[in-house]
Amino acid sequence: MDAKTWKNPIVAWVDKRLPIFTMMQHDLVDYPTPRNLNYWWNFGSLAGIVLVIMIATGVVLAMHYTPHTQHAFESVERIMRDVNYGWLLRYLHMNGASMFFIVVYIHMFRGLYYGSYKAPRELLWQIGVIILLAMMATAFMGYVLPWGQMSYWGAKVITNLFSAIPLVGDAIVTWLWGGFAVDNPTLNRFFALHYLLPFLLFALVFLHLVALHTSKSNNPLGIDVKGPQDTIPFTPYYTVKDMFGLGAFLIIYLAFVFFAPNFFGEPDNYIKANPMQTPPHIVPEWYFLPFYAILRAITFDVLFIPAKLLGVIAMFAAVLILLFLPWLDRSPVRSARFRPIYKQVFWLFVADCILLGVVGGHPPEGVWVPLGQAATAFYFAFFLVIMPLLSFIERPRPLPSSISAAVTGKGVGISAHGVAE
Amino acid sequence: MKRKTLAAAFATLLFTTGAAVASEAPKLPAQSWTFSGMFGTFERSDLQRGFQVYKQICSSCHAAHLLAYRNLTDIGFTPQQVTDIAADFEVEDGPNDEGEMFIRKAVAADRFVKPFPNEAASRAANNGAYPPDLSLMTKARIGGPDYVYALLTGYKEEPPAGFALMEGMHYNEYFAGHQVAMAPPLSEGAVDYADGTTATVEQMAKDVVTFLSWAAEPEMEARKRLGVKVMIFLVVLTALLFALKRKIWSDVH
Repeated sequence: MDAKTWKNPIVAWVDKRLPIFTMMQHDLVDYPTPRNLNYWWNFGSLAGIVLVIMIATGVVLAMHYTPHTQHAFESVERIMRDVNYGWLLRYLHMNGASMFFIVVYIHMFRGLYYGSYKAPRELLWQIGVIILLAMMATAFMGYVLPWGQMSYWGAKVITNLFSAIPLVGDAIVTWLWGGFAVDNPTLNRFFALHYLLPFLLFALVFLHLVALHTSKSNNPLGIDVKGPQDTIPFTPYYTVKDMFGLGAFLIIYLAFVFFAPNFFGEPDNYIKANPMQTPPHIVPEWYFLPFYAILRAITFDVLFIPAKLLGVIAMFAAVLILLFLPWLDRSPVRSARFRPIYKQVFWLFVADCILLGVVGGHPPEGVWVPLGQAATAFYFAFFLVIMPLLSFIERPRPLPSSISAAVTGKGVGISAHGVAE
Repeated sequence: MKRKTLAAAFATLLFTTGAAVASEAPKLPAQSWTFSGMFGTFERSDLQRGFQVYKQICSSCHAAHLLAYRNLTDIGFTPQQVTDIAADFEVEDGPNDEGEMFIRKAVAADRFVKPFPNEAASRAANNGAYPPDLSLMTKARIGGPDYVYALLTGYKEEPPAGFALMEGMHYNEYFAGHQVAMAPPLSEGAVDYADGTTATVEQMAKDVVTFLSWAAEPEMEARKRLGVKVMIFLVVLTALLFALKRKIWSDVH
């Protein structure tokens, strides 16, 4: 971070004492970025922007929301009906959650495809997994706040999972609820935590960025940057590319907000929570469906471990296994472009995740049970069997000598704006 | 190619999970609503007729506690008309200076008066069934307006052979389980439309579903109006950003 001389005397004065302008120059302008990033690299900045939108809309919503079982549902409807542009804030926040997961899931699949989790980016990836976990907790608790039928029963089903823990399970559930049922104390603490967690998320995102700017961005070729000829400064190149991506993203996001605001939601959540009446079909929000399918896939006890506990373990393992990804995949080649077998298996894995999502949306009966079990088996086999095995049996294609060689057509024929081959 | 595959897979994920949840309900005939689509709006005449049906028929059992009389100006009633409508109802207020609760006429600021003071009273008067609140009905059922319309027009005099209908229940094609406690609410000429429209069952069902759709989403017209403007703005902005991106990147390619 060489001291740049700032022309503006005030900027120079501040920067000498607190180098925020130098830092901004370093990380937002000069930051050397591989010149061949494709549009899949837009989703990181999009996720950051969605987080800011969620916090901004959420803070205003919190000013009008009442976290009490007797008033929560009505206070949300009051926001929809009587608060100026309350419907806009609420629909932005509600659909923003879905968009957040879409963007983050794409961001993660991109990392998986191009090997962005491999050395030296292991911690960068792991912080990302923690961000996903924090997001899931935040989204789950946020969904409880409107206190509709799915809010209530979703909260009940998910918190009840902890009762599967041997010996102390029931005590933990009572502790989580703050009583002997999902009730006002539960709603109060969920609201407090739903407000707190996004700020922790923000801090985690900051760490994610520090780690990113330390090891620098991966790229579609997955090869290291060899010199200045391989990079371009972040501004203006990627700033404008991210802005364009943001415009395209906002068109999709706001089309849902304005024209199909309840597309991702469950009609049952417009019925006020009723502890005496179980909905015929309890489903979580769509972004949890693959994990819900894994939870319900275990229908059999193994030795002395009951099926319920196994299901809970499997569900948490499905996320936590991502933490070990850098060591499960031993292949020295990062990008799937040069890994002929992994490239095929990757798309099978994507299809498997989608299948799990579909299974999670259906009641666990008939063909959905074995289908969910097969999909769950493949999900774990992908990480525990296929990935380690491929490191040994796969013969990667030759890597281009450098990014700039590939870009200028001397290596493999890939253009700089990185249209997938 | 890859990009297309992913987009298709992604679309499958989005749409099948939504559809998966809807699959257990019987197939609803799709109605054409004036308020569907990007530019859809509510017809004020439909809304007012629908309110009449709600007021004269539905509201004798069903509450709509999220609506206030003042909201009726949105569907074309004048403030005076709203005051008159509200004045037909009584609410408990107080305590007054003597510490007594008292009954007064409802005013525009009051919420729609409920037909029964509480759920128990409601069940007692309705053979143990609880007529649900209608404020959010079209948002709270899979199929929305189409479902409510289908339910209102889906009664059969006689259940199909072999169907065991319980005492006091009514057969309805579209209600889950086909047994509904609500008697067929609409019958030919059940209301006298002021504008001379013939009150067929279908007409009343269409009108009241339009009214309930407005009740559930009173912001819908404002939302779509703003949405169209926002979309136009964003498309232009994004096109400009794309041109700018091409310009800036021209020396890299």
